[in-house]
Amino acid sequence: MFGILRIAYKLLVNDRAKFAALLVGITFAVFLMIQMTSLFAGVLNRASATVINIGAPIWVMDPAVQTVANTIPMPDFVLDEVRSIPGVNYAVPLFSGSGLAKLHDGTYQAVSILGLDDSSLFGRPHLLNGNIEDIFAENGFIVVKDSEFPKLENPKMGTEFELNDHRSKIVGIAEVATSGLFGIPTLYTTYNRARQYLPNPRFTISYILVEPKTATDVAPIAKKIQSMGYLALTKDQFMDKISNFYMYQTGLGVNLFLMTIISFIVGLSISGQTFYTFIIENLEKFGALKAIGAKSSELVSMILFQATFTAMTGFGLGIGLCAALIWLARLRLPDYAAIITYWNIGLAFIMVVVIAAVSSYVGVRKVLRIEPFDIFRG
Amino acid sequence: MAEVAIRATGLTKWFGEGETRTVAVNDVSFEAYFGEMLFVVGPSGSGKTTMLSMVSGILRPNAGKVEIEGKDIWSLSTNQIAEFRLAKLGFVFQDYHLFPRLTTVENVAIPLILQRRNWNEALAEARRDLKIVGLENRAELPPVKLSGGEQQRVAIARALVSRPDILILDEPTASLDGDTGRSILHFVRDEVLTDKRCIIIITHDPRIFEFANRIMNMEDGKLTNIEMVGGKAQGVAHET
Repeated sequence: MFGILRIAYKLLVNDRAKFAALLVGITFAVFLMIQMTSLFAGVLNRASATVINIGAPIWVMDPAVQTVANTIPMPDFVLDEVRSIPGVNYAVPLFSGSGLAKLHDGTYQAVSILGLDDSSLFGRPHLLNGNIEDIFAENGFIVVKDSEFPKLENPKMGTEFELNDHRSKIVGIAEVATSGLFGIPTLYTTYNRARQYLPNPRFTISYILVEPKTATDVAPIAKKIQSMGYLALTKDQFMDKISNFYMYQTGLGVNLFLMTIISFIVGLSISGQTFYTFIIENLEKFGALKAIGAKSSELVSMILFQATFTAMTGFGLGIGLCAALIWLARLRLPDYAAIITYWNIGLAFIMVVVIAAVSSYVGVRKVLRIEPFDIFRG
Repeated sequence: MAEVAIRATGLTKWFGEGETRTVAVNDVSFEAYFGEMLFVVGPSGSGKTTMLSMVSGILRPNAGKVEIEGKDIWSLSTNQIAEFRLAKLGFVFQDYHLFPRLTTVENVAIPLILQRRNWNEALAEARRDLKIVGLENRAELPPVKLSGGEQQRVAIARALVSRPDILILDEPTASLDGDTGRSILHFVRDEVLTDKRCIIIITHDPRIFEFANRIMNMEDGKLTNIEMVGGKAQGVAHET
């Protein structure tokens, strides 16, 4: 069988024009499919940046919250009530809001501010410079060094600026796993300082971060919190909720889905048509093989091999091209939101398999129908 | 007496049904022997190709029986017939049907590769047969770079490479000039025909009739007569 497949391989790659057309079709389709879905994955990942970076196992919030940025403050008693639920190891408040930093040139820059629980500093970022205790120093803020960092004029340790008309000072420079979606720098401080610096309504707790004693406590805790009129979600559930919001309530998901489908159709059309032409041009030769003594199953395996080889080569090239484009884009746009996940690759793989299957189905039908007698008859 | 290679009995084939039914081959019986070149001649549409397609296991007859070396081929399954063809029969098609994207030697090796022979061994044997047909220096070229006569010889090498007992050539001189056609037939008669091989040639070309041991005339799907010709018979002399 190896020899037969080698013939199939040579028939395919030696027809350079068609092979190139097939590869371009599939590569382009894979590139577009992965580009679209990776862009979407990047957006969703960034939309959940705070959830990922803080890393709490359970998030308690108002049921009307749709995204992590869209906070609905909760009263302090909720925190006390949550702390009293059996199975809760500890529960701490988180303040999430935004302010305006006045830069040295007089311009304003919006910033995202996260206020960590004063006593535990739960969810603190990994520091590149400075000491975490300095967050308690007067006017102390920790700035995240990510792609948005230059928007604060690349502050250094000790840099001072105005934040909502309050004096603030950089006491630490940190790194986080994921940058935010909205393209603004992130500052960490204590919960109480955040409350002082940012205008706030009557209630101030954006989220309550809960650590259960055991994994089996998660469900009873969530049930109890639901009975209180609030919502408790695990980290993954909260990220799903955010993803669903962007997917189904913003139009972003539908547009990217349509683009992905269009990419699939383009790839299917180009490769299907080219493969069909390839088979038609070789149909008499396949018939001659049949007359010589090739079995139908051998001819089918030749066609399947050709389709699979083309699909997998195009798939690899498409992924490589997409990765290269993201890399190039990040050289110029550090906050370019696109990540290639296993999910993106898996989806593109399934679509490529469908393209290969449909293309080869047409070819297989043709080859199975060709009668050696027609070849003999000339 | 020479051994019977093919025995066809009452072969009949029709296409279509009812008013559109056309009988292409009507009750044809004949025998072909090892060591002879049997020509099948007749006007276009006389049923030559249809008859040989049934004989070679390519087209199932509506009636009749084909025995090759004593085996009733139409009693075999489709895959068994394919295996039988691969082992026992060699074909030279009118248009050669060489793969333009493969080299000449790879084209010749195809029957061996279909027999699951090792790739390098198959190519070595194909090279040996290309040498026999005088094309060893063309082995790595694609067939499109060869002349018509050379392509014909490549097709013959491909048909011979698996050492089949029966060789079927369909209009081997149709697209060749007179000299090239004759040289091909000389080659087939002198180098390919042996006591243990039967060669059947379908042709319209009276210029090559001299190479035949016997000529089978067909008309309107019927076998009209089989005549002896002088040619260099290597094994048989059967009267009609």
